[in-house]
Order: sequence, then C-alpha cells, then structure tokens
Amino acid sequence: MNTCTKTNDSGISHRHTPKPDRLGTFFHLVFICCAMVGVVSLATIAWFLFSEGLAAFRQAGVIELVFGSEWLPPALFGIFPMIAASLISTLGAVLTGVPVAVLTAVFLAELAPKWLADIVRPAVELLAGIPSVVYGFFGLVVIVPAIEVLFNIPAGNTLLAGIIVLAIMILPTVITISETSIRALPPVYKEGALALGASHIYSIFKVLIPAARSGILTGVALGVARAIGETMAIIMVMGNAPAMPGSILEPARTLTANIAMEMSYATGIHASALYSTGIVLLIFIVLLNTGLLYINKKRVH
Amino acid sequence: MKNILSLAAAFTLLTAPLYHANAAVSVSGSTSVSNVVEVLAETYQKSSGRHVDVQGTGSSSGIVAAKNGTSMIGMSSRELKAGEAAADIQQLVIARDGIAVIVNNNNPVENLTRKQIKSIYRNEITNWKQVGGEDKAIVVVTRDASSGTREAFEKILGLKRQVNGIPVTSISAGAQVANGNGMVKTLVANNDYAVSYISLGSVDNNLLKALKVDGITASDENILSGQYSITRPFILLFKNETDPRAADFIRYILSDKGQSIVAEQGYIRVK
Repeated sequence: MNTCTKTNDSGISHRHTPKPDRLGTFFHLVFICCAMVGVVSLATIAWFLFSEGLAAFRQAGVIELVFGSEWLPPALFGIFPMIAASLISTLGAVLTGVPVAVLTAVFLAELAPKWLADIVRPAVELLAGIPSVVYGFFGLVVIVPAIEVLFNIPAGNTLLAGIIVLAIMILPTVITISETSIRALPPVYKEGALALGASHIYSIFKVLIPAARSGILTGVALGVARAIGETMAIIMVMGNAPAMPGSILEPARTLTANIAMEMSYATGIHASALYSTGIVLLIFIVLLNTGLLYINKKRVH
Repeated sequence: MKNILSLAAAFTLLTAPLYHANAAVSVSGSTSVSNVVEVLAETYQKSSGRHVDVQGTGSSSGIVAAKNGTSMIGMSSRELKAGEAAADIQQLVIARDGIAVIVNNNNPVENLTRKQIKSIYRNEITNWKQVGGEDKAIVVVTRDASSGTREAFEKILGLKRQVNGIPVTSISAGAQVANGNGMVKTLVANNDYAVSYISLGSVDNNLLKALKVDGITASDENILSGQYSITRPFILLFKNETDPRAADFIRYILSDKGQSIVAEQGYIRVK
C-alpha cells in the first residue's frame, strides 16, 4: 500500500487523481430533480389549499365545518354529509370491487387458458383508459334506470349507483397490480404447496394470495385513491344533494363533487369553504394511504 | 436556416390568437345569456367582420369580470345584488327570459300553482298525487348553488330564508343537484317523476314539457303581457366609458336585427 502511494507521488500522480465525474454529477442532479417534481407539486398544492381554505376554517370554525350537517353557502358550511358520502362510496366500491378484482387477477395468473386470458387481459387494460365522463354516462343510462326498476324507487341517482360505477372504475388498477404481484412470486411457493399434496385451489388461497399480499394491498391503495378522488362520473350518477344520505338508496354529494360543482361560480368565503373541502379531502387521502402502508408493513413482517 | 424559419412560423402561429383576442370584443358571464349572445356574436361577425369572444362562466363571475375589466362586457341572468352594483358600471336589459317549470312528457300533470311549486321545492309536497298526478314520489331537481337561473327562481318564488342574518336558499337539501342546463334536461328526460326548472328558450319539447303556472302557459305572449310571472332579465354590464368596439356590438344587439335574433332564439325582445 505504501509503495503504491510513493509511486503516485513520484511523477505520474495526474493519472490517478480521480477526475471530477461531471457526467455522473449531472445525472445525479437530473435524478434528484425528477424525484422532486412529485414532492414539490404536492407541497405547492397543499400550500395553495391551506392558504385559500384557512379563511373558511377561521370564520366557520373547524368543528362547525367538519361536523356541521348543513351546507348553505354563504351562511353555513357543514361538510359532514359530504365526508360521509365520500367514505361510504369509497368503502362500498372497495368492498364490491376488490374481491372481484383479486379473483380476476388469480384467474388470469393461474387458472385461465391462454386464449381466454388473451381476451380478458386486454379488456381490463382497455377499461383503465376509458375517460370517467364515459363511465358517468354509462352509469346514467344503464345503472341508474336499473336501480329504479330493481328497488322500485323514484330516482336511481343514488349512493348505490356511485358505488357500482366506482367499483368498476377501480377494477383495472387492482387487477393489473395484483396479477403482476402473483406472477412475480417464485415458482417454488406453488411447487412446494403442490408437492405437499395441496390442491391447486388450496395453494392459491393459502399460499399464493397471502404471499402476494403486499402487492395486492398496493393495488387496493391505488384503487382507494382513485375512488375517493373520482369526480365527473360521480357528479353524473349520484344526485349531488348536499343532505346526509339516510341509506345507500338516497342521493348524496361527495367532497370532490362539491368542489367541482361550485368552484366555477363561488366567490369570497364560499370559495374559501370549497378549498377547505379540498383540505379535508387531502387529509383523508393522507390518512388512508398511511393506514394502508401501516397494514402492509405490519403484515409483511 | 430551415429550423429558424419553422421556429418563426410556429411562433407566429402561437401568438396569432393572442393578437386576435386583443382585437376582439370580449364578453363573459351567465351561461343562459351566453346562449343567445353567441348567436348574436356570430351574425355580428358576418355583417361587420369584427370578432366577438363569448364565454359562459356564470352570472357571478360575469359581473366581476365587467367590474374589474377582464371582459369588456359582462353578462348576468339576474338582477345585481346590493353589494355587486358599482357606480362606474352600466346595466342594460337586452332580453327577457321566462323560467319554465318542466316535467317529463309522460307526466300527466299540466298545471302547478306558484304555492305548489314552492311547497314542492321546500319538500312539503312530496307526492305527485297531492297535485293531481300519479301516486309517485316527486323527484326534485335543482341547479347548483350559484346558478343565475336558480338565483332568479328562488327570488321570484320566495324560496329564501335567513340564517344568521344571511339570506340562503330554502330549497330542500335532499333535492338532486344538476350542474348545468344540459344535465337538468337529461335528468328530467330520463325520469318520469322528476320536476325541475330551466330557461324557457332551452325547453326541448320532444322530451320534456313546460307546465302552466297558475293556469298561465309559459309563452312569449304571456311573458310580454306580464301574466306569466316567473321571468328574469338578461343583462349586459359595461363600464361607463365603454370601448367603442363593445359599444358598437351593444348597438347591434339593440337594433331591430339583433332583437329579432333574440326572439328567434326563444327569448323575449325588449325593443
């Protein structure tokens, strides 16, 4: 080691001094910048929402706004019915959509004959590309009248219609991510289960799905985010009444619908109240994501 | 060289609309008023060659746009509120419009009184049976909180109440809310038991029908004679020292040609 250093000192040192790696530094910076785009956007959106929405919180009071049940701008700004509508529609969509999606993913990854998988998979992928206004229109002309006939109610623009549309909308996200994570499992899991005498179906439910849990939960988290953030389709099928829904067969307005419907006109404290609706929505998404991340970590360990 | 040329061409193409927009008369505001002003702008452009830029953004923002000068002309489909009027802003009624109470064509009900309409929107009458129709629940459809049509409808029928000293709507919170005339029409056309309200000029007779109010048909004659009571003005707002190009467009709207276009579109002429 010492000899080596000596040789360096005596004459050819310039060959061994590490050249500043300009290209490396450059790309390092590019990577950092790219990674920061998302973070900076989020920070800007949050800052914007808080700076615009705080006025309404200050005037109406946090409790009054979050737990108030009457939305009567510009006097009362209670968004509790909308919080309830957002949570119920998302929960309903997850409860109905996720089982269907996970079973579809298992079918595609494990059971489907190739020709059938080649029909189902592109169909699911196509579903992801359909704009939400088309889902809304589909809901309005197919699901809404169907609910009117099935439940014999005067108007089918209800929470239930929203739940069904959202359940369909989250399918592609959950299916694609779940299928990928099931396929990514090492083949020894399944081989081991089968070698121990487990049936194919038993190995799917007891080995493959539990092993792919982390990926499936990621899919569910993205599905939840899509469902709670959906606006256009929901406005078209859910009736948008700002009252507390008594059942899923009554109209309701979600947080996103409230912002979208009134933002273009609102001024002053009314506009501020809409931004605070956005703050509440943001907080919910953060809580949901944190919750799912936590479950994910806990189960994996 | 080629690159520079194409860059220059692209730049010209990109900035051309900006130049064009600067030279045009800008009008923004009520979506109901913009329906007729768009047609007026088209014919005006044909006869004078001058461009008019019309944007439907809602009455409230139209009034703001006229006051702060974002648009040369603002449009409103309701009277200005006390806080909205300004000394340097002129108001001009260019047409009158009736608000029709609409139901699905399959609904046998033909007539409602003002009192019944008010009770329906307050959720005091909830079944068509109570107003002479079938034994079916009424599906009440209203517009979003800041629509000019809704504001006028509430004001004319007295669907207002005070909360903490601030006037707010007394339309039942359980009513369905549609965010535009198009959606109101879709909802009523697809539901036999729905009731809503819409500008008379936008009623599509194939799918929905306008009810008589207190026995009076919603027609131009009855609005002109003052018998049909649910009407509202279409107002243009502009600064006292109006841009000459905007003033010329306004003169055109009030001319015989302009006013007959107003009538053709289903609204009531003022001259």
